[in-house]
Amino acid sequence: MLLKTKALTKNFGGLTALNKVDFEIEEGEIVAIIGPNGAGKSTFFNLISGYYPSCSGNISFMGKDMTRTPTHKFACMGIGRTFQTTNLFTDSTVLDNLIIGYRSKTKMGMFDAIFNTSRARRDEGASREKAEEVLDFIGLTAAKWQPVGNISQEAAKRLAIGLALVAEPRLLLLDEPAAGVNHGETSELAGLIKKIQQTGITVCLIEHKMQMVMNLAHRIMVLNYGSKIAEGTPKEISNNERVIAAYLGGRANA
Amino acid sequence: MFVFLKKPKFWAYLVLLAVAIVFPFISPNRYYLTVVTLSFIYAIAVYGLNLIVGYLGQLSLAQAGFFGLGAYVSGLLSLKLHMSFWLTMPLAAVATTVVALMVGLISFRTRGHYFVILTLCIGVIIHLVIEKWDDLTGGVRGLIGIPRPTSIGPIDFISLESQYYLVLAFLMLTIFVMSRIASSLVGRTFKSIRNSEELAATLGINVMNNKLLAFGIAAFFTGIAGALFAGYIRFIGPDICNPNLTFEFLLFLLIGGQATIAGPLVGTLVANGLTESLQFMQEYRMVVFGILLILIVRFFPGGLAGETRILITKLENRFNKRKKSRTNAPSKGESHATKDQGFN
Repeated sequence: MLLKTKALTKNFGGLTALNKVDFEIEEGEIVAIIGPNGAGKSTFFNLISGYYPSCSGNISFMGKDMTRTPTHKFACMGIGRTFQTTNLFTDSTVLDNLIIGYRSKTKMGMFDAIFNTSRARRDEGASREKAEEVLDFIGLTAAKWQPVGNISQEAAKRLAIGLALVAEPRLLLLDEPAAGVNHGETSELAGLIKKIQQTGITVCLIEHKMQMVMNLAHRIMVLNYGSKIAEGTPKEISNNERVIAAYLGGRANA
Repeated sequence: MFVFLKKPKFWAYLVLLAVAIVFPFISPNRYYLTVVTLSFIYAIAVYGLNLIVGYLGQLSLAQAGFFGLGAYVSGLLSLKLHMSFWLTMPLAAVATTVVALMVGLISFRTRGHYFVILTLCIGVIIHLVIEKWDDLTGGVRGLIGIPRPTSIGPIDFISLESQYYLVLAFLMLTIFVMSRIASSLVGRTFKSIRNSEELAATLGINVMNNKLLAFGIAAFFTGIAGALFAGYIRFIGPDICNPNLTFEFLLFLLIGGQATIAGPLVGTLVANGLTESLQFMQEYRMVVFGILLILIVRFFPGGLAGETRILITKLENRFNKRKKSRTNAPSKGESHATKDQGFN
């Protein structure tokens, strides 16, 4: 068991965005979270990546309770994530984005910076090396010196994934990795996600493109109005009546 | 080895340093020397501001408070306890840092406009405490007759020239430290927080600690600047921690260029030079500065240093492109030219 949530709940004022969700992610799998707009998918992500504190319930990662852990510690523990609106350091280059992604793995402090100690040089060398390695993995080596503003939407999506990968996560959370890219690019991104899973990183993604989800995921969780309404293999989910009702509307939903 | 000898940047710095060293001998009168020395002292404080505003992206308006705090701690210790300048200055820097860290611990809980307002309030509070604590600070009368920096062996700091060199040495130290920070992973971390706090935190960067670190270092240098000011002017009044001074620092920074290494110095020298040459206009010279500021923010948002760098990068790119089309082979220089555009 890599990640486990128990009765995870989040309220925004009077609105219950997420209602007592129990979920488990096994090491090495690709899991997908689907559901209509506003179902609480992103809220779930924001909770399990430590971006928001939860209101009740708990989260454990690799057997450790993470419910009250501050945001930055989640990355250090091995949970990496991307955002729905592609979030990058916009005023720097592709390479520089990745270098800063490795910061949590380096130890150098102000003293090392001012005196340019061997640790500072070692850390800077390691960040650069790791950044180049990830650049190669996500296939953006050619765009290395490009300012982020100049690269395509699809390249930006790859870079955002790369940014999460640089910190060497064990669990990678991808929030709509294929939103806003065309069909051909979608399958390329799916290839990248598959490749990430093959390196031993567990992937959890939110996605609206059903074809991609059905092909990629080993397991799917369906959320609607903040509650889990179904969980299972792609085949089970595509035949589940409650899921069909939630997507198409109908009596089972009421 | 010695690759730096081939860099035009290195030679440019060397020439500038040489100019700075011979300046007292070529300066036509002592008045210029005084203006430049004072500018250098202010520049040290502006370097501090640059770290917070330029690199970290947090607009702190408490800087004049820290400057005044440094000056008063140094002045009081030397006046009341007869301590040597070489002891009071580090103590002033440390005291300022400690106060700044406490202030930061509270104020970094807020963001954006709220942070600005809170730091402005803290600046005002420091000003008020210094002005009203009559028994300790002498209130509005200020501190008079602060001793000069004590001599080290045969070197004394009585003449204007020697004081100029003293301040120059500290300015160089500040620039050195700031450039090391800016080019290191620590500096990149600050810039990532400026870019997006949320993203930095999700990448595992402890935003609060890094903000405090930058704030502390900035206050340290602002404290040094304050102590140098006290030892140089030898009279300090509560006016030196007036929040107006913070806005002047900010003006210097905007003219020079945020998040650049040359910016604070260039901006301070240019703005102080202008102030002095516009003396005949008295209070109306602020009108000139107002217009200047609007023009800079509107047309040269990078400031003098920032815009120069952008221009150099553009020229380099054009030059490389021409070379590339002539030789029709990928040039190595281009990658270096574009490299500079990003995280600087």
